[in-house]
Amino acid sequence: MSEQDIAIDVRNAVKRFGAVTALAGVSLTIRDNEFFTLLGPSGCGKTTLLRLIAGFEEITEGEILLYGEDIGTLPPNRRPINTVFQHYALFPHMTVAENVAFGMRRLGWSKADIEDQTGRILDLVKLGDLAARRPAQLSGGQQQRVALARAMAPRPKVLLLDEPLSALDLKLRQAMRIELKQIQEETGITFVFVTHDQEEALTMSDRIAVMSAGEIRQVGTPHEIYEAPNDRFVADFIGETNVLDVTVQRGPDGAWHSRLPNGAVFPCEAAGTPPQDGAAAHVLIRPERLSLVPEAESNSGLTGVVDQIVYLGTDIQYGVRLDEGPDVLVRAQNVGSDTTSFRNGDRVGLAIAPGGARLLVD
Amino acid sequence: MAGELASTRAVSRTFAPVRTPLLIPTWVIIGFFLVAPVLMMLAYSFLTKEFRGGVIWEFSLAAYDQFIFDRGLFGDEPPQIEWTYIVIFVRSIIQAAVATLLCLIIGFPTAYFIATRSPATRSMWLFLVTVPYWVNLLIRTVSMKFLIRDNGPLNEALMGLGVIGEPIALINTDFAVQLGLFYSYLPFMVLPIYASVERYDFALSEAAADLYANRWTILYKVILPIVWPGIVAGCILVFVPSLGAFLAPDLLGGAKNFLIGSLIEEQFKGNAGNWPFGAAASMILLSLVLIALFIYARRQARRSAQAA
Repeated sequence: MSEQDIAIDVRNAVKRFGAVTALAGVSLTIRDNEFFTLLGPSGCGKTTLLRLIAGFEEITEGEILLYGEDIGTLPPNRRPINTVFQHYALFPHMTVAENVAFGMRRLGWSKADIEDQTGRILDLVKLGDLAARRPAQLSGGQQQRVALARAMAPRPKVLLLDEPLSALDLKLRQAMRIELKQIQEETGITFVFVTHDQEEALTMSDRIAVMSAGEIRQVGTPHEIYEAPNDRFVADFIGETNVLDVTVQRGPDGAWHSRLPNGAVFPCEAAGTPPQDGAAAHVLIRPERLSLVPEAESNSGLTGVVDQIVYLGTDIQYGVRLDEGPDVLVRAQNVGSDTTSFRNGDRVGLAIAPGGARLLVD
Repeated sequence: MAGELASTRAVSRTFAPVRTPLLIPTWVIIGFFLVAPVLMMLAYSFLTKEFRGGVIWEFSLAAYDQFIFDRGLFGDEPPQIEWTYIVIFVRSIIQAAVATLLCLIIGFPTAYFIATRSPATRSMWLFLVTVPYWVNLLIRTVSMKFLIRDNGPLNEALMGLGVIGEPIALINTDFAVQLGLFYSYLPFMVLPIYASVERYDFALSEAAADLYANRWTILYKVILPIVWPGIVAGCILVFVPSLGAFLAPDLLGGAKNFLIGSLIEEQFKGNAGNWPFGAAASMILLSLVLIALFIYARRQARRSAQAA
């Protein structure tokens, strides 16, 4: 990749607050025009990393490059990066238009250019008719759009978004996800988005970095992160996962298999470190990759008793107590027919969809 | 944020009003100790003076006439504008304004400093600000006099350090009076500003910095406009009592340059003993303050009406 393709290059960034290490040596490249998401539970360091990029916190060790230029020591007002704050931080004493114009004024844009851009940006976020209002006169969703417009107006090279949707209700949040993604594609600005909501990350991102305890656990496309998590933390954090203890067994065709304690063997994909034949390992299976079948038809050798049925609307989730091993979750689409459904106490077999089992060596 | 907005709007009215019977003591106290004395002063200012204090219950405009016009020693010359009292008023306003400005210059950073400490230490800082005020105002003013006199600790220290060759004359100057007023009323500036800075959301400063504002721009364009009500409250709380103060002018200014407070005090306690004149001067002072506050309130109301 040439320098032009890399928007932000974080090199071995360390941030300590007194004795507490918030970031323990993070390296990351974010590409030009990318919708990049930092995903992780609260306290994982994702917001700290965002604040380092914005310049609100001083980096303890390491470097941050913006299109090849070291910005690690610049104050926030000298970085061509803007932020959408979690609680918006709109200036309460200014109108919507004044809020949006604030950054452009500081940059010394001409009056005509500022007016022009304010109008264009407010139209983009569909707030054209509210320009003269004060933030207190707007709904949460409208304030959110003003925050976005204000941050985008000065044409930053990178836009940082700190959990901007977390204060909105579910319906609005879902609509805004799609809109944000569209705006990002239209404007071609690089977005760095922080969230703890895995669904949000999966729907919007080009790539996701999953963080935990001040470190990056995995970087990849939503597909890679969901389908091929390379450790247990990532698998657990993104969606739900069943974890089974197995023994690794190499098949006659060279493919990897898992052997259950009861002797049953099923094929699986290997992830991360190549497993050793005969080693103890875990196998990860997503609930929707499992299905309930009559006991005799199980392709995996996994059998058990249905002990919980949860109706989720679009899906039905079954809890199955395995004859050997832990409880597992199975998710089936709600197709509305009674013939395929199972009842509490039924003995069932589990079928694993092709490629649905993933071998992990700790 | 939207939630907060909605909830403040939707606050139940059931718990808002205080029941009328509970308000009776308040009304009695305010009526008796606040409104009644003012009305008494207003009445006295229109009465005839009795020599050596007191009033004769006979309507007269003499007090106001004396304030504005000079009719010669025996009152039989053609009236000319009497400048003495107007000059005292203007001088008092200047002194109070300088004291207010001093309080603002020192008080704002102090309040900002306290408001940005950790919540645990804030109350300690606030306590420290108010500690001197546990001592009587008279004693504080006298001790100030000792501090700044020619051979007092301040001059001694400055001479000891070689900053100055001979003592600077501080005592019995206008500056000493301003200093005294500043010292007397500083907490009245610090506390309201602290209250508004403490409520200020510092994410707004970050947002402004993020949008290319430097430190000064953040202060002028974001912080000051938002904490403005606290600054105005502080200025009023310092300016108004400074205008009528008489301890600092008497003790620190050496009563050389008469101020309103001393003028009024003289009429009631001192040799002049002219109660109607003292009452009239008080009424003129009160009217000026009320008119100024009224104009300010009108302007604010118009401004917020424009914004809405």
